[in-house]
Amino acid sequence: MEDEVEQDMHEPNSFWTKYVWSQDHKVIAIQYSVIAILVGIVALVLSGLMRLQLGFPGHFDFIDPSAYYQFVTMHGMIMVIYLLTAIFLGGFGNYLIPLMVGARDMVFPFVNMLSVWFYLLAVLILMASFFVPGGPTGAGWTLYPPQAILPGTPGSDWGIILMLVSLAVFIVAATMGGLNYVTTVLQARTRGMTLMRMPLTVWGIFTATILALLAFPALFVSAVMMLFDKTLGTSFFMPAIISMGQQLDYEGGSPILFQHLFWFFGHPEVYIVALPAFGIVSDLISIHARKNIFGYRMMVWAIVIIGVMSFVVWAHHMYVSGMNPIFGYFFATTTLIIAVPTAIKVYNWVLTLWRGNIRLNVPMLFALGFVSTFTIGGLTGLFLGNVVVDLPLSDTYFVVAHFHMVMGVSPILVVFGGIYHWYPKMSGRMLNDTLGKLHFWGTFLGTYAIYFPMHYLGVLGVPRRYFAYENYDFIPDSAKDLNALISVMAIFVGLMQLIFIFNLVWSLFKGKKASDNPWEATSLEWQTETTPPGHGNWGKELPICHRWAYDYGVPGYAQDYLPQNFSAESGEKT
Amino acid sequence: MSIAVALILIVLGSIVFHFLSPWEMTPLASNWGSIDDTMVITFIITGIVFIAINLFIAFAVIKYKHDEKRKADYEPENKKLEVGLTVVTSIGIVAMLAPGLVVYSDFIEVPEKADVVEVVGQQWSWSFRFPGEDNQMGKSGVEHISIDNPFGIDPLDPAGQDDRLIQSNRLILPIGKPVKVLMRSKDVLHDFYVPQFRVKMDMVPGTVSYVWFTPTKLGEFEILCAEFCGVGHFNMRGYVEVKERNEYEQWLNQQPTFADALAKNNSEELSVLAQSGKELAQMNGCLSCHDFTDNPIGPTWKGLFGKTQTLVGGEHVVVDEAYLKESILEPSAKIVRGYAPIMPAVVLDDLAIDAVIAYIKEKGNQGTIDGQDKPLSGAELVQSKGCTACHSQDGSKMLGPTWQGLYGSTRELASGQCVKVTDEYLKESIFQPNAKLVAGFPAVMPPPVVSEEEALAIIEYLKTL
Repeated sequence: MEDEVEQDMHEPNSFWTKYVWSQDHKVIAIQYSVIAILVGIVALVLSGLMRLQLGFPGHFDFIDPSAYYQFVTMHGMIMVIYLLTAIFLGGFGNYLIPLMVGARDMVFPFVNMLSVWFYLLAVLILMASFFVPGGPTGAGWTLYPPQAILPGTPGSDWGIILMLVSLAVFIVAATMGGLNYVTTVLQARTRGMTLMRMPLTVWGIFTATILALLAFPALFVSAVMMLFDKTLGTSFFMPAIISMGQQLDYEGGSPILFQHLFWFFGHPEVYIVALPAFGIVSDLISIHARKNIFGYRMMVWAIVIIGVMSFVVWAHHMYVSGMNPIFGYFFATTTLIIAVPTAIKVYNWVLTLWRGNIRLNVPMLFALGFVSTFTIGGLTGLFLGNVVVDLPLSDTYFVVAHFHMVMGVSPILVVFGGIYHWYPKMSGRMLNDTLGKLHFWGTFLGTYAIYFPMHYLGVLGVPRRYFAYENYDFIPDSAKDLNALISVMAIFVGLMQLIFIFNLVWSLFKGKKASDNPWEATSLEWQTETTPPGHGNWGKELPICHRWAYDYGVPGYAQDYLPQNFSAESGEKT
Repeated sequence: MSIAVALILIVLGSIVFHFLSPWEMTPLASNWGSIDDTMVITFIITGIVFIAINLFIAFAVIKYKHDEKRKADYEPENKKLEVGLTVVTSIGIVAMLAPGLVVYSDFIEVPEKADVVEVVGQQWSWSFRFPGEDNQMGKSGVEHISIDNPFGIDPLDPAGQDDRLIQSNRLILPIGKPVKVLMRSKDVLHDFYVPQFRVKMDMVPGTVSYVWFTPTKLGEFEILCAEFCGVGHFNMRGYVEVKERNEYEQWLNQQPTFADALAKNNSEELSVLAQSGKELAQMNGCLSCHDFTDNPIGPTWKGLFGKTQTLVGGEHVVVDEAYLKESILEPSAKIVRGYAPIMPAVVLDDLAIDAVIAYIKEKGNQGTIDGQDKPLSGAELVQSKGCTACHSQDGSKMLGPTWQGLYGSTRELASGQCVKVTDEYLKESIFQPNAKLVAGFPAVMPPPVVSEEEALAIIEYLKTL
C-alpha cells in the first residue's frame, strides 16, 4: 500500500546533509564503520605496545607498569565496545537491515543520525583520557572497584571518570540505534518478507540488538553508581577499606555487586558481538558455497535460544570472585547447556559446505577461517564454563587466549569477510583480490600462531595482567621464549592490517567496477537498481519478497540462484 | 584449496604441539588431582570435536570445489541428522559437566578436621594469621587497622589474643593435613593463587572467602596474586613452604601472638620528632609499602639508615638524610635495584621530612642498637633472601653455581677469563650478579636486597661450606 502513492523521498541535496548530517542509513553505516576502524587502529597499536613489553621485557623504557596497564585497559575496552559492538550494530546493522528487509531507510532516521554523533562523542571523550593528568584508566577493561577508583591504579583520578562518562554516552548512542534496528525489523519489512524469510544476518543483528537494549542498562547504572562512588563519596561498591595506609570514608558497599552488574551486561555483550557474526557468516557460507544454508529454522531458533540463555550464564565469569560458591552449580550447568545450540550452529555451517559448489572467494576464506577459530574459542569455553576446570585456569593466559579466539579473532574475521563481501555494494567497486588473500592468510595463520600456544601458557598456570614475569620459579624460560614468539606474531598480524587499510582506500578509487550482484546472491540488497543504492534504496516500487534468502541450486531451474524478489510465475522454468 | 591444506596442517600441528610442547600443567602438589582429571576429560572430548570439524571443512572444500557445470544439492533440512547431532552433543556435554559438578561439590565442602589459616591481602603484599591455641580467629575489622595492629584484630575479643601473626610473605603449612584458607583483603581485590595447588579464590574487602586443599608435597611454592590489584599486581609475591608437621609446629610456636605484638609496640621508645614522623608516614600511605619487616613492597626501613644500597644502574649509595629526602620528593631519581618505580612523589615540607627520617632512623635502627632483634646469621640469611633457591650447598647442580667448595676455588668466567673466588669476588657477585658470570650459568640472578653487613655475614657463611 505504501507504494500506491507517489512518494517524496526528501533527497538531501547539500554536501553537509548528504555526507555529514546525513539521515540516510547507508551513510550513517559508513560513518559508524569509519570511526570504529579508526579507533580500532588505536587499540591495535596499544596491543602491539603491550606485546613489546611481554615479549621483550626491559627493552622499552617508556613502558612502565602504569603505561602497560593503561594499554591493556584501553585496548580491551576499545576493541569490545567501541570497535566490535559499534561496527556490527552501527555499521553492518545500519547498512544491511533496511536493504535486506526491503525498507527505504530506518524507521527513525533522525534518531539514527543522533546515534552516530553520540557514538563519536563517546569516542572523543575516551580518547581525551589519553591527554588528561594521570592518563587513561589502567583498571583493566572490567573496571573492577575498589581499585578502579583508588590510587595505586593508573588514571584513578581523571581517566576512570572519562571512561565511565564515555561508556554512558556510548550506551545512549547504542540505545538510539538499537531502537531503530528493532523497530525497522518488526515494522518496515517489505511485502512477503516474513520473519522466517529474513536472511540470518538480519536475525543475528536483530537478536543482538535486543540483547544490547536489555544488557546495556546494567552497564549504564553500574557506570553511574561508580561515578557517584568516585565523585560524591557514595558506597555502592565500596566497603570500609584502607587505601595506601589510610582509612577511607566508604562503608557497606559490595565490590561483588559491581561484578554481577558488569557481567549481567558483559556476558550478553559477548553475544552482542557473536550473534551478528553468526548471522553474517551463515550468509557468506551459503552464498559462496552456492548452497542453501542447512537447517535454517534450527539456525534461527539457535540464535534466539542463545540470546535468551545469554542472560542466565553471567556468573561463570565469577567462579573465583568470592561469591557464594553454591551458584557455581547453576551457572556451570546453564553455561554448558548453551554450548548445545552453539554447536548446532557450527554443525550447520559445515554441513552447508557438504555437497555445495564452493567458491573460495576472499569473503568465503574469512568465513571458513571464522568457523575454525570459533570452534577453538567455543571449545575452550567448555573448560572455563565447567566451574571446577575453571579453578586452575581462571585469571591465566588460558582465559586470554580463549576470549581472544572467541570474541576477538572470530568476530573480526567476520567483520573482514563482511567488508570484502559488501564493499562492492557500498562503494560500487571490488576490493583487490590479491591483497585480500594476502590479508586473509597473514591474519588467519598469524592469529592461530598467537593464540593457539597461548592456551598452554595458561595450562601451565601463567597469570594474566602481569607486567613482567621475572623470577617466578614455576614459569620456565621456554615460556619467555614463547612470549617473544607470540609478540613477533602479534606485530606481524598488526602490520598485515595495513594491507587491508590500503586496500580499502585504494580500491575506492582504483578498484574494479562492481556489477549490481557480483557474488550472484539472492538477498534483496543485491537486487537494487543502482550500486551503490540511491537515497531510498529502491526505485519507485519496493521489492516484493517471494522466497527465503537461500534458494541456491534449486532443482528445476536453469539458473544457479533465485533472488528473493524472483517470483515463480515470472521466472523461466526448465 | 590452500585453505583445506592449511586446516589439515593446523590439525596435525595442534596434535603434535599438544603432546610435544614443554608447556603443560605445573606438577601437582595438593589433593586436587581430580581437577586435573576433569581437565583431561575436557581436553579429550573437545580435542576430538576440534579435529573432526576442521577435517570436515577441509574435506568438503576439496571434494566440493567450484565447478561451473555442477549445481549444489538442495537440502534445506534433515530432521534426523539434526536431532542426532543434538543428542550426541548433549551426551558430550553431560560427560564433561557431570564429573565436573561432582568434583565441585568436594571443592565447596571443607573437611571438618581441616586446619584453618587466614590470608590477608593488601597492595601488594601478603600476611597470614593462625587461630592460636583456642582454635578460634579473633574478630577483625577495617576500623581496627592501624600501624600497631596491621591485621585489624579486635583488641577486645579474647579469641584474638592468642592468634599467631605472620607479618611476612612466607607461610609454612604442614604436609598431609587439609587446610581451610580464609581470605580477607584490606584494600582492593586480590586472589590467593598457588599454581601447584590448582585452586584459587579472590580476596574481597568487606567479606571473607575461602578455599581448601591438602598439601601433598614437601617444598616451597610461590604465591601469586591472580586478580588485578593495581600497578604492583605482578610483583605481589609470597611463598608457601610445605613441611613436616613437627617443623611446622616448631615454626608456628615461634611466631608472635597478637598479645605479644601489642606489648612490643607499646614498648617502642621514640622521640617526639620521630613520633610525629610515624603519624606522617601513616597518613601519607608510606607504610603500605615500607615497614620494618624483612620484605615489604618497597625497600625495608629496618636498618635502612646508614646502609649501602645498590641502585638500578649498579652504583652504590649510602642512605643518609639527603638520599632519603631526595627519595621522598622524587622517588624515581635513585631506585634501589630489585624494586619497580611505582612510588608516587610525596609532597611534604622540610620539617615533615625531617620527622619521617627521624622515625626511619630511630625505629629502623632500634633493633640492632638495643639488640632486641639480633641480626640474622649468614646461614639464616641465605634462606630468607631466597639464595638457596638457586645455589645448592651440597654440590648438586641447580640454576646457579653450588656453594660447596666454592670459596678459594678458581672458576672460568663466561668471558673466558679465570678468577679466584675471594671475598671481593663474592661481594661483587652479590651486588652485581652479572658482572662476572661463571661460564655455563644464565644471567638470571636478581641482586638480593641485603645490606653491606648482611653480605659480609653471607660470605663468612659460604667460607664454611
